[in-house]
Amino acid sequence: MIAGILQYEFLQNAFLTGIIIGIIAPLIGVFIVVRRLSLIADALSHVTLAGIAASLLLEKKFIGLSGLNPLYMGMVFSVTGSLFIEKLRAVYKHYQELAIPIILSGGIGLGAIFISLADGFNTDLFSYLFGSVSAVSRADLWTILVISIFVIAMILLLYKELFLLSFDEEHAKASGIAAKSIHFIFIVMVALVIAASMRIVGILLVSSLMTLPVAASIRIAKGFKQTIFYSVLFGETSVLGGLMLSYYLDLAPGGMIVIIAVLILILTILIKKLTVKVAV
Amino acid sequence: MILIFEAVVMKITAGFLGDKMEKQLHSIIEIEQVSYRYEKEDVLENINLTIHEGAFLGIVGPNGSGKSTLLKLVLGLLKTQNGEIRLFGQEISRFKDWHKIGFVSQKANSFNTGFPATVYEVVSSGLTKKLGLFKFMKREHHMKVTQAIDSVGLLAFKDRNIGELSGGQQQRVFIARALVSDPKLMILDEPTVGVDAQNVQSFYEMLDELNKKLGITLLLVTHDIGTISDKVTHVACLNKHLHFHGKTEEFEQLKMDEMSEFYGHDVHILTHEHDHHHHHHGGSEQ
Repeated sequence: MIAGILQYEFLQNAFLTGIIIGIIAPLIGVFIVVRRLSLIADALSHVTLAGIAASLLLEKKFIGLSGLNPLYMGMVFSVTGSLFIEKLRAVYKHYQELAIPIILSGGIGLGAIFISLADGFNTDLFSYLFGSVSAVSRADLWTILVISIFVIAMILLLYKELFLLSFDEEHAKASGIAAKSIHFIFIVMVALVIAASMRIVGILLVSSLMTLPVAASIRIAKGFKQTIFYSVLFGETSVLGGLMLSYYLDLAPGGMIVIIAVLILILTILIKKLTVKVAV
Repeated sequence: MILIFEAVVMKITAGFLGDKMEKQLHSIIEIEQVSYRYEKEDVLENINLTIHEGAFLGIVGPNGSGKSTLLKLVLGLLKTQNGEIRLFGQEISRFKDWHKIGFVSQKANSFNTGFPATVYEVVSSGLTKKLGLFKFMKREHHMKVTQAIDSVGLLAFKDRNIGELSGGQQQRVFIARALVSDPKLMILDEPTVGVDAQNVQSFYEMLDELNKKLGITLLLVTHDIGTISDKVTHVACLNKHLHFHGKTEEFEQLKMDEMSEFYGHDVHILTHEHDHHHHHHGGSEQ
């Protein structure tokens, strides 16, 4: 496999992208989980699907657009979807979780229309749904790299504010922090990370890479920084392990990655149980 | 009855200071003829209250007595309709030094207890606003955080997740979070809600130390008249009007049966006028 990575550009692309999203997806995932927004990732990934389908449809109908990278359209849809979620959460102040099913079903609905308008697609769509080792282009890699540098920089710079906003939103507002703007930046980052990650894990499994490593990490970590550390460690392990296995077994990487993440989660729960028993 | 209480002259500051010294102490909060009404309902009427530096004032009053409204006015979360509020000698609309005021809300108890953050991390978050955007903690800030944790007696717990602590300890963490930005005044809204009875005593002892050793002026709001009367230096009874404001000793001297009668009686009037659901406080606890 190492030889393969050195030899083939597509494998380099897949692994480098994998390493990047193994960091940023769980990193932003920690903030999503502790703010109890896990389902937002699901809603946005389905909106991203609509964007991909729209892009593939345009590509099929208009020969002139054949060079269009579905990643960009996916991103546009995802970010737009995140803004709609915020708008809906403001409209339904007392039923904020309503925004999620509205956007999620809206995304699938649009996606279904675009797909049937195109009379179905080739295997391309399958790779978007469940990820692919071979489909990541150099252009994708660069786009994803730029996104992750932006996301990591923002999280470093806004760490204090994001922490306070996650821990105690009311106190954050009372102490005069620009809570609205920071939340806005945060939700746009979530949308970008989802669009960036779907190449490897696939749209249907993107949210699991943001939540499963965090769920495992919370079981064993002391403190917030340690939670972030373990989340990234588990996420990275899942992505690299999943990519390697799927390369050898010729399977969709998304499935392998998620199954490894689930196994890690089960392990941490067992370890926690054992250590608690020993302590007693 | 009410006249008797309003007739009690307010005398502030510790007894050993002479009258001339008293006048030189800075007033931290000055509330002058403040009234407030929501829609058709008067919540506060003609409140006059001055809190001097170093005082530990307890404001007691039943539910619906306007305590929270008064706090919100002082914290600038509500705008004054009538009257004037000055903080540290400055008119509240022009007041900028909000970092001088630490606020510990009752809601601190209802945070997500599963949140994976250590005591140290939570207390550090109290510096967020003071540090400002894009700034990181330096060594002096880390020292401040350690000091604040120490002064609430939780140094041994600094690396524990906050969810592992008891309700009383968690409330201390929130006090430390407020302390870390060096407040001159700390405002506490029902801080012992969710703290078990055994730990309430030591919680007040800690507040007493903050007040005496660090010289932080404290303003505490509670509906529970029984627990605070021997801890605070001054008491104010609020029920739409301010019925009594003075030193705790004077407050203690009031015949308790009269006190409870007044308290219960007035609660009753409120119930009658506004059809409030209420609980009896004060009287039975004396």
